[in-house]
Amino acid sequence: MSSADFLIQGVIKALELIFSLNPYILSITGVSIQVSGTATILATLTAIPLAFAISFMHFRGKQGLITLVNTGMGLPPVFVGLFVFLMIVPVGPAGFLNIVYTRKAMILAQYILITPLITGISLSAIKAVPRSIIETVFTLGGTQKDAVIETLKEARFGIITAVLAGLGRALAEVGAILIVGGNIARTGSVGGIGEGLSETRTLTTAITSETSKGDISTSIALGFILICLVLGVNILANFFQRRE
Amino acid sequence: MEELIRVENLQKVFGEKEVLRNIDLKILKGEIFAFIGPSGAGKTTLLRLLNFFEIPEKGNIRFRGMNSDIINIRRRMSLLFQTPAIFNNSVFENVAYGLKVRGIDKKIIDKKVGDALNIVGLPGIEKQNARTLSGGEAQRMAFARAIVYDPQVLLLDEPTANLDPANVMKIEEIIKRIRNERGTTIVLATHNIPQVRRIADRVGILLNGELIEVNSKVGIFSKPRDARSEAFINGEMIY
Repeated sequence: MSSADFLIQGVIKALELIFSLNPYILSITGVSIQVSGTATILATLTAIPLAFAISFMHFRGKQGLITLVNTGMGLPPVFVGLFVFLMIVPVGPAGFLNIVYTRKAMILAQYILITPLITGISLSAIKAVPRSIIETVFTLGGTQKDAVIETLKEARFGIITAVLAGLGRALAEVGAILIVGGNIARTGSVGGIGEGLSETRTLTTAITSETSKGDISTSIALGFILICLVLGVNILANFFQRRE
Repeated sequence: MEELIRVENLQKVFGEKEVLRNIDLKILKGEIFAFIGPSGAGKTTLLRLLNFFEIPEKGNIRFRGMNSDIINIRRRMSLLFQTPAIFNNSVFENVAYGLKVRGIDKKIIDKKVGDALNIVGLPGIEKQNARTLSGGEAQRMAFARAIVYDPQVLLLDEPTANLDPANVMKIEEIIKRIRNERGTTIVLATHNIPQVRRIADRVGILLNGELIEVNSKVGIFSKPRDARSEAFINGEMIY
């Protein structure tokens, strides 16, 4: 069998797995969306107020916080995974939480990973709002709160782009969640492939394990879904960037 | 005429540069007061100080005797920038902004927005996106936004600097109409001397951060007290 045939057969089987709604594939996709989606929501709830606080308030340590955000934007996922793992293992300072190898640990790791990214891009979007817009709010009798609301309206497309960039990074990330989540599926195969339904197995971590087992068609199916998700997020992000 | 704004011994410094010094001035209720002077003389900075946008290094500004509760003072004024900042929204939302932040009833907002747009000659464009307006229309919409809540003082920074002659005439008509019909005090910063001749009651000449003369329009154009005023009005290069 040539390498082309091998790939074509892999793609055909992958399409069969996707369109037959294979439970193993669906459960992995569901865990990916649940973990990355929750982490993105929590990171957004932190990052946007943080970006506004940095933009509008004067406080001690502001420059240090900006440096921390900028550094955090380039954090290596495996380092974040290792850090979170060391915190939550039973002998670690947050061991009492008892969340190691759970989806909560994966959400925590992705939250740490993408909060600086969403904050940083939101900060740029807020800074791009002309100073004259904020001054006009004040000249028309608006308060600081009105200025924040108007800035949020003006920067909305940039902030949506920031959130989508965070979601994209979370979906595509593998190092951190592999360490803290453990890539666990229940015992016993379902739908004739892989192992049981996913517990902490996501699209990215499953691709690594299925490839190492030599199940290329399952890997291709998972990769295809992952690409579709990330592509969808990026198409949305591009749409909002153009609107901006 | 009643005194509305009093400025005493005002000084403003940016970095090493003293932008304004020893400014003493009274603005009277219902007048059109024009600051004239070359670019960089400090006209815009003085307007921003009058709107309590900047904090002076020395001296003080009182509006009807008050200089605290800045939000309350600022809500009785309106400052219109040379290039108006337009919110990315409809004309209605732009014009209604000052009323909404004051918590005015929706029915009153609808009526006041319509009235303000009529005054500036832009009726019926409420639903249009404000960023699609031409330069002249945008400036007139900004006027409507500035006058919609009946401010006691309207501060105008070079309001016709980037406009064609037809729009300049329209803006000047609007300024006179607002003053005559509503009794609004107008403070105007400009380097357009013919415009000052057409619309101002009193004039202050700013040169290099110093208010060298305050006089009536007739006085400043026929009998200026300061030789530098005469030279500036006659277009001689003295700066």
